[in-house]
Amino acid sequence: MKFKVNNNEVFASTGGRPFDKKKPLIIFVHGSGLTHMTWVLQTRYFAFHGYNVLAVDLPGHGLSSGESLKSIEEMADWINDVIDAVGHKEASLVGHSQGCLVTVECTSRYPDKIKTLSLMGGAGAIPMNPELLSLAENNDPKAVDLMMDWAHGPAGHFGGHPVPGLYHINTGTMLAKSRTIQNTLGVDFRACDNYKNGFEAAKKIKCPTLSILATDDKMCPVKEGKKLASFIDGSQVDIIDNCGHMMLLEEADRVLTVLKKFITTNYPPLSS
Amino acid sequence: MSDKKKELKPNTYKFDTLSLHAGYQPHKNAGSRQVPIYQTTSYLFDDVDHAAALFNLERGGHIYSRISNPTVGVLEERVASLEGGTAALATSSGMSAIFLTVMTLCEAGDHLVVSSQLYGGTVNLFRLTLPKFGIKCTFVKPRDTEGFKKAIQNNTKGIFGELVGNPGNEIMNMPEIAKIAHDAGIPLMVDATYQTPYLCKPFEHGADIVIHSLTKWMAGHGSSMAGILVEGGKFDWMQNDKFPTMTKPYEGYHGLSFAEEFGPTAFTMKARAEGMRDFGPCLSPQNAWNVLQGIETLSVRMKKHCSNAEEMVKYLSNHESVAWVSHPSVPDHPDHELAKKLLPNGRGSMIAFGIKGGKDAGVAFINNVKLASHLANVGDTRTLVIHPASGTHSQMDEATLKFAGLSHDMIRLSVGIEDIDDIKNDFEIGFRAARKPRLVSNQ
Repeated sequence: MKFKVNNNEVFASTGGRPFDKKKPLIIFVHGSGLTHMTWVLQTRYFAFHGYNVLAVDLPGHGLSSGESLKSIEEMADWINDVIDAVGHKEASLVGHSQGCLVTVECTSRYPDKIKTLSLMGGAGAIPMNPELLSLAENNDPKAVDLMMDWAHGPAGHFGGHPVPGLYHINTGTMLAKSRTIQNTLGVDFRACDNYKNGFEAAKKIKCPTLSILATDDKMCPVKEGKKLASFIDGSQVDIIDNCGHMMLLEEADRVLTVLKKFITTNYPPLSS
Repeated sequence: MSDKKKELKPNTYKFDTLSLHAGYQPHKNAGSRQVPIYQTTSYLFDDVDHAAALFNLERGGHIYSRISNPTVGVLEERVASLEGGTAALATSSGMSAIFLTVMTLCEAGDHLVVSSQLYGGTVNLFRLTLPKFGIKCTFVKPRDTEGFKKAIQNNTKGIFGELVGNPGNEIMNMPEIAKIAHDAGIPLMVDATYQTPYLCKPFEHGADIVIHSLTKWMAGHGSSMAGILVEGGKFDWMQNDKFPTMTKPYEGYHGLSFAEEFGPTAFTMKARAEGMRDFGPCLSPQNAWNVLQGIETLSVRMKKHCSNAEEMVKYLSNHESVAWVSHPSVPDHPDHELAKKLLPNGRGSMIAFGIKGGKDAGVAFINNVKLASHLANVGDTRTLVIHPASGTHSQMDEATLKFAGLSHDMIRLSVGIEDIDDIKNDFEIGFRAARKPRLVSNQ
């Protein structure tokens, strides 16, 4: 669906179901340079089971207009604006990678609005490799190829997508190259590199929180994910074996099972 | 100690490795090193919630082998990875892959622009069968790049062609024709059966959908029928209002918009969810496995196919019984330069040549070769020959034959990977027999 935030048109997938204000809202926030499509194997389930789902395209990404936001703090405020724009008073947030920084910051800034927080491949800080950052800022497609290499675990490099026939390294590459690389990935990487408030923000989080981490994640290793979780009171941690940073595709079913249990327990759906 | 910084390089797997491994993880299949053959029609649901989730495309998985099968899925991913595509859908034959592609793209009242140099069965599909479904086509000669542009109408939904035409070896200028298609807001669909991804990756030259008859070089051993459509993932279905079945809510899946939900894999998702569900040309797991065996050695075989073909081109070009030879490696082939650009790893193993003495000589040649097999296939490991005017294209009338660039003296040769001297010796037997009727009539 499309709606306006700060006069810019925003696209968000509703998981294939009409938006219904009576249902509780879950917002999914994608990682650097990517789009709402990374969430397709999680969003449709929640949309068909009593939730309003918004898998947003951040400004300047995917099908959303406007320019990419330059800091994690701006993105966090923008998520709050999204909640207001669709007429909800609260939401549950799910983030992946950069989306974890955004949702952690958002939850710390708007503690009364955010009811649960789910982090996938998250860390308190995501400092960028300087060469990778430079490639992305200079619009070099090699930045995307490197990201796709590092983002997939050894098993993920072979493929074996849960949806028959899809080859996820090429799919991810196509998503990240769908808009001008320097305007999406370049801006996002810089925002990640600049963000230093992750652990301080985490300390302020009081809502139920889940961290899903993966043993072969090179971009946000388990150690970093656990460190972030240690700053959040009562945070649950689930670790997936033999999986890389793109866990939401590499092990989509496992992620959905864990996410489903966590969200339905802590933020129940509208019963039909 | 050097202070030179090591350049960052992606370490994603390369072609030969993907040919052997892509799409398959042994640890998820009881450690089986070889891809298992899932000879089953259907798959257990964990509970009713799981069943509903699969039917609603809420999660990945298998329901019924008409729609998807784990063995077939490995093949689909493997071919997608080799082509540089986002997704693929395997079918029971190359023809069903073309049909499914067209039916996913078009509705009654739509129009396609199609290359005139195609396999005879494909010509009949576009010329005679698709009009029954209300889909009309305009044929354009493959070298007439401007002709493709002129043939586009308001209701045109795509351009289709074989990269190297069957059987005359005319090459479409794929980058230019892709630009024409994209300027008109429509996709370019390319049948790249003759090339395989080892010789050409059409997505790198602007194609949007690639189709293969996997029966040919990809499987390579003449054992199994199979086809596939592969999606490049770059085409923007939402750029105009030409493709409502991709962009508008689809009643068959609770109002799903394929383009919104699946983006770079939307076409394949629709082809499977709608086309495979409703038409059902599924690939058997046994045949998928056979094709996978062939793909494991694709680059090794293609190198030998191409080197043997170039040897045969030299041999035929210098032979007294041969009137002409058509192969993109020949310097005076009209598409020689284009072939160097589009087919850098080799120009393929399909040769067309004219035999002196016309149709009678052609028939005598075909009837007398012993090693080369006379049959209606190409891309076998064995050398194959046929006389198109009396075989693959025999259902065409005289005018259609001429438009398709066929002549009565033409022999189509699919060069195998036998010892090259044995192929040449066999051809000598054929040529001797072909010369005999003429020697008799000259006396």
